[in-house]
Amino acid sequence: MNNRIDMTFERLKKEGKKALIAYITAGDPDIETTAELIFKMIEAGADAVEIGVPYSDPLADGPVIQRASARALRNGTKIKDIMKMVEMIRKNSQIPILYLVYYNSVFIYGVERFMKEAYSAGVDGIIIPDLPLEERGEVFELTKKYGLHLIPLVAPTSHGRIKKIVENAGGFVYCVSSTGVTGERERIETDIKSYLEEVSKYTGLPKAVGFGISSPEMARNIKDYCEGIIIGSAIVSIIEKASTKEEMFEKIDNFIRSIKKVL
Amino acid sequence: MENTTGRFGIFGGQYVPETVMNALTELEREFNAAIKDENFIKEYRYYLKEYSGRPTPLYFASNLTEKLGGAKVYLKREDLNHTGAHKINNVLGQVLLARRMGKKRVTAETGAGQHGVATATVAAMFGLECEIFMGREDIRRQALNVFRMRLLGAKVHSVDSGTGTLKDAVNEAIRDWVARVEDTFYVIGSAVGPHPYPTMVREFQKVIGEEAKAQILEKEGRLPDYVIACVGGGSNAIGIFHPFYHDKEVNLVGVEAGGFGLESTKHAAKMARGSIGVLHGMKTLVLQDEEGHIMPVHSISAGLDYPAVGPEHAYYKEIGRAQYVAVTDDEAKDAFIKLSRMEGIIPALESAHAVAYAIKLAPQLSKDKVVIVNLSGRGDKDVEIVTNLPEVML
Repeated sequence: MNNRIDMTFERLKKEGKKALIAYITAGDPDIETTAELIFKMIEAGADAVEIGVPYSDPLADGPVIQRASARALRNGTKIKDIMKMVEMIRKNSQIPILYLVYYNSVFIYGVERFMKEAYSAGVDGIIIPDLPLEERGEVFELTKKYGLHLIPLVAPTSHGRIKKIVENAGGFVYCVSSTGVTGERERIETDIKSYLEEVSKYTGLPKAVGFGISSPEMARNIKDYCEGIIIGSAIVSIIEKASTKEEMFEKIDNFIRSIKKVL
Repeated sequence: MENTTGRFGIFGGQYVPETVMNALTELEREFNAAIKDENFIKEYRYYLKEYSGRPTPLYFASNLTEKLGGAKVYLKREDLNHTGAHKINNVLGQVLLARRMGKKRVTAETGAGQHGVATATVAAMFGLECEIFMGREDIRRQALNVFRMRLLGAKVHSVDSGTGTLKDAVNEAIRDWVARVEDTFYVIGSAVGPHPYPTMVREFQKVIGEEAKAQILEKEGRLPDYVIACVGGGSNAIGIFHPFYHDKEVNLVGVEAGGFGLESTKHAAKMARGSIGVLHGMKTLVLQDEEGHIMPVHSISAGLDYPAVGPEHAYYKEIGRAQYVAVTDDEAKDAFIKLSRMEGIIPALESAHAVAYAIKLAPQLSKDKVVIVNLSGRGDKDVEIVTNLPEVML
């Protein structure tokens, strides 16, 4: 089966490059601007897009993405709007698209309905930050049924669990850089090299590192040990701070290019 | 009913980020070992007795009983615990466990502030670093407890996200735990959260029901007909219910916060109006909208102002072992005044909900019936909230 995530990592591997996975919260500042921003990020060199489905209680997120979620919900962003937006993007681009979605959103929407509609819209992978190995049974088979990858998350505290977490998984392994929630960090204290080497012992899947990566320097320090970098809060922060749309687009373009250059 | 998988029927589970999964497994292992360890239990019992003042009395409320003219009403006096509420039973258990696990820093969320005060108290006694997460709105309405926590040496963080109440405080405490999981023990205050917390909290609170059962057998020579307790997350209720679980003749009644009434949108009645969802690591009954966003809730009492309920209560409801009713803000305030005037006992506004239901129920029962109300906490902290009532105004 040709999942766009797999094809992208294969292509990048041949090119000797690393993937830039760019996160954005859907509906912040509004769903039309989110779509425009996604096209800007693709143009600037993003290799995959992770679309955050805004949630009232984003437990795994720091203040920046919490605020983005709150803004998106205040202006009434619904799952069906996000599905439509993905459909529209898919008509114009073959970039891999993932959803970052909290489990209650999926559960209430109906797990099968969510996966089916996501697949139909053109989504390739699903990341559920509050659905660990022990609970993913309710979801795993249904993502498979619709050709979606349920992206497994590992953390630096996952000792002894990694083997089971990556078992039967597809797409890539989301390697959480350090303990804590999402958000920019001045530095990452984790010994990334030995952490990612441990993950590699159990899987041949690409590894993408996320949480706290906010600059080209940080991306450069990590990229040799993995196949991809995930950037979220740094992008959302630019969106939050920009006073005009032009400024927002320009800064996003510059930022994505600055990261892509080192990968 | 006994759970090894962390489930109560379909409720419960561990819906949390991967980062804390090993910590939960370790906690479960340590907890299971501790409660089988005689020395641990001995130490726990020692502090319950010598530090908190247990057993708490089961007091026959003769004036209230006479006035209501029906069933005999007994009050389980958890308000007489050190720090003024049942919360310390659980905190002593969890902090002793934290010490056993070598943790130097304890954190807690708090709504009314009673759990925060209990945690700050026990942390002070054992010399542990203590940080409390409390919603902005709750800090405002329970200021007295904030001063107590600070006096005890704890750092109180104001949580501004969401509605600035208990739910948001739990979110922030979990986020902190995800960041500091290696050196921190998160002391959850109610029978909520990911497994093993709901089970652990119940085990550390069931002393309430065990004592009440022995006390009523001694006083009345039989089991009660009703046991009534208020339900926010549900720790005082599960603590008094659980030991009566197999005594089918005992009716268990949980009283949730009806706020401005169930027909309004301002209440915290997840049993009456909630649906199955996932919040704070557990699958349970939740007040949520059609896309699963957690709805703002309201109660005059900060401790009941929570949109979900412990998974064991959701299970008790599902199998019909307990019944859950709602009491409004006004009824709770009325009970607050009545108990103060009739018995000289000022209840916490949370506990006043349970008293309010007893006031409705007792007159409908014959005089040979026996009702136990869990008086989960004392009301000093709430006096300011009711100062606009005519009975209180100078």
